[in-house]
Amino acid sequence: MDFYSFLIQSLNALQYGLLLFLVASGLTLVFGIMGIINLAHGSFYMIGAYLAFALTSLTGNFFVAILLGIPLALAFGAALEALLFAHLYKRDHLEQVLLTYGLILIFEEVRSLLLGDDVHGIPVPEIFAASIPLNDTLSYPVYRLVISAVCIVLAVGLYWLIQRTRLGMMIRAGSHDRDMVQSLGIDINRIYRTVFALGVALAALAGMLAAPISSVFPGMGSQVLIISFVIVVIGGIGSVWGALIAALIIGFADTFGKVLLPDFAGLIVYLVMAVVLLWRPEGILKKG
Amino acid sequence: MKTTLKGFTRHVLLAAAALGAAGLAHAQEKVKVGLMLPYTGTYASLGNAITNGFKQFVSENGGKLGGREVEYFVVDDESDPAKATENAKKLIKRDNVDVLVGTVHSGVALAMSKVARENKTLMIVPNAGADELTGPLCDANLFRTSFSMWQPSYAMGKVMAAKGHKKVVTLTWKYAGGQQAVDGFKEAFEKGGGKVLKDMTLPFPNVEFQPFLTEIAALKPDAVYVFFAGGGAAKFAKDYAAAGLKNSIPLYASGFLTDGTIDAMGEASQGLLTTLHYGDGLDSAKNNAFRLNYAKSYKAQPDVYAVQGYDAAQAFNVGLTAVKGDTSKRAELIKAMETAKIDSPRGPFTFSKAHNPVQNIYLRKVEGRENKVIDTPEKSLADPARGCKL
Repeated sequence: MDFYSFLIQSLNALQYGLLLFLVASGLTLVFGIMGIINLAHGSFYMIGAYLAFALTSLTGNFFVAILLGIPLALAFGAALEALLFAHLYKRDHLEQVLLTYGLILIFEEVRSLLLGDDVHGIPVPEIFAASIPLNDTLSYPVYRLVISAVCIVLAVGLYWLIQRTRLGMMIRAGSHDRDMVQSLGIDINRIYRTVFALGVALAALAGMLAAPISSVFPGMGSQVLIISFVIVVIGGIGSVWGALIAALIIGFADTFGKVLLPDFAGLIVYLVMAVVLLWRPEGILKKG
Repeated sequence: MKTTLKGFTRHVLLAAAALGAAGLAHAQEKVKVGLMLPYTGTYASLGNAITNGFKQFVSENGGKLGGREVEYFVVDDESDPAKATENAKKLIKRDNVDVLVGTVHSGVALAMSKVARENKTLMIVPNAGADELTGPLCDANLFRTSFSMWQPSYAMGKVMAAKGHKKVVTLTWKYAGGQQAVDGFKEAFEKGGGKVLKDMTLPFPNVEFQPFLTEIAALKPDAVYVFFAGGGAAKFAKDYAAAGLKNSIPLYASGFLTDGTIDAMGEASQGLLTTLHYGDGLDSAKNNAFRLNYAKSYKAQPDVYAVQGYDAAQAFNVGLTAVKGDTSKRAELIKAMETAKIDSPRGPFTFSKAHNPVQNIYLRKVEGRENKVIDTPEKSLADPARGCKL
């Protein structure tokens, strides 16, 4: 691999890592801060992609679709929390796993009934449709760079929200000691509802943004679920920065693994996870 | 005692009458068809198309197969190899089906074929392309109405060599299907004087292609050969075009890259060349009638999967008709299928010794929303059936 290829592959890795962070960020919130094992996280990603597809077909504009999709996802998340997840905080992890696994099946079936099982696509929005030529054969799609930029903005925004705002302070306090926060007169239920809705919206947003480059198809959620859990665990449960660092590590490991060790490409991500956990059993940045 | 005897006599008389009327007592019973196909998950639309095709032939044939009414036993195989053995056993042991039809996923089909072989049940594969099914695992009771991975890939190797491409890079998922496709391609391409610079694979069903596109751009081959299907196929074609490679390095694929994915690919699909045993614009009386009937019945355009389902029913009908609906004459039934010429919408085909279709492979080009057939690089191509002892 010459130096120039190395640079391009690094760009690929960076961009893939940021995309992974976008998908995993919602899981960091829900799993890390609320302690809910949410297997349906991938389904929210899938729902986001299908939402983008349906709304783009209806409105004819991808940006309008995203603007409509985010409040819908937030409302959907809040409703799910109120109806189902609110009853689970004091229960066993096993019951959370059962519920969220059941949700995967229900969401897939509803999707199949409403929109069928075909593969769909959304064109990349006109203004980002161009590619930047890197050399005489290869160019880089602008839209991928836009996604990377959105991911960085979101990472900073999330960090600011959790570390620097009053709401963030309450969220952090709630994750340490639910009962104490409640006895201080803070409505912990409302905070949990907000966090869960935010988690769902982040996953859905990831699906919406990824839809133009990844195409929209049944089962797309299950592909991102496992890698999201890997990232959250490597990063340190509940840490936004940790998830970002972990996503970038995975991005690099996966990209260079595919190129340099193609026979072990499927393994390398989990190898990295094993090594990191041996070195730091609680993840790179344990929330504190 | 008297009444029982009278009842018995009456039954005998009735049975004799039935024999006289239809020739055989069997003809009065419904023939049991077990459909084990994916009705949920990624391949659900394929399972539905196969079922529709199968049922369309039955209704064109007056609602009968081999002169007998048809009773369906349907199981959703979920494309899950882990559940395949149990599902196949249910249909064979509990429902006692006369023929087992399935399935899409090769892993599931391999497991099914094992159960069918142990129970000596007639089985027809309407899609799964694993070379083994009509190779080392071939069986007298096992027929396939679709294709073997080797067939379209081999044809594509020949096409690309004939186009004068010398250096090629291949890319596929690292699983048996992808491996067999690449092997078939290489066999013909290297025979035609071409050279494969690099075989690249990624884990199934990973769809992050960017590192490979960078590799391809660095290697600068004359052309790229890939095997992908479904959502991954759509994403690959889009990524390939977005990376600017589509204009400088032509992309070829065998199989299903552009089947059911053209809309999802959008502009990126236009002009792509693929090889398969079916395509759009095959102008024959049979195909036109098939497409018209299908569109009327299901309010949808048929695809290659519907054709394969249709031909599964058709092939079974030939066998069953030859024995006048008497499934106990298995050897004769199989003999009739082996020697039959199936009048398929894809063009007529016969079965090879290993029971795989000996069929035309078409070169198709994506134009608008169709896989237009532009050439027939292989006429009546038979799978080499390596390892089959039939």
